[in-house]
Amino acid sequence: MATEKEEKHSLPPVGAWAPALALSWLVPGGGHLLLKRTGRGLLLMASISSMFVCGLMMRGAMFTPQSSDLLTTLINTGGFIGDLASGVLYLLTVWLGYSQPDVAGAVHDYGTKFLVTAGLLNILAMVDAFDIAVGRKD
Amino acid sequence: MPKMNLSHLEAAFLFSLFTSVVLGVVTKRTDRDRLHYGIYTFLCFFVALFGLGWLMYFGHG
Repeated sequence: MATEKEEKHSLPPVGAWAPALALSWLVPGGGHLLLKRTGRGLLLMASISSMFVCGLMMRGAMFTPQSSDLLTTLINTGGFIGDLASGVLYLLTVWLGYSQPDVAGAVHDYGTKFLVTAGLLNILAMVDAFDIAVGRKD
Repeated sequence: MPKMNLSHLEAAFLFSLFTSVVLGVVTKRTDRDRLHYGIYTFLCFFVALFGLGWLMYFGHG
């Protein structure tokens, strides 16, 4: 009984799921494409990338980690993690010199939220790719 | 990169659309369920959007 339970909860070797998980972070939808879920991978790639590009076109601001009072630290670190989760989209944007100051305005504010949400949606895509890679989902 | 100036409604529409697609894809196990859930979440976003909009309108006096 205990052995059955252990088998049920044990993960396959890291080599079986780590590439899909890493690619999923780096390229939104890439993990699904690697796992031959082409349709879903393309949908994720299109949605997450479009959301990120819309955020850039609205001139949203990127978060940088700051240590100040608790709320500022939480917002900025959380936002930075959200931005970073977009993978190559974030890395390319920063490497190409995108630097938008956080200015007042509804459109800028929407843009900032679009950028962070694109990363958060990519985290969901990563979890899904992991579940597929370890055999919990089709 | 061109600058995009969207109204609140247009921005909320795009946000709802992209988020609904991803939620539909990652949460359900069959294509039919994914489509239904994607449409359902999109409608939920819009019900909440218009509901809160009217609530703020009436609450504002």
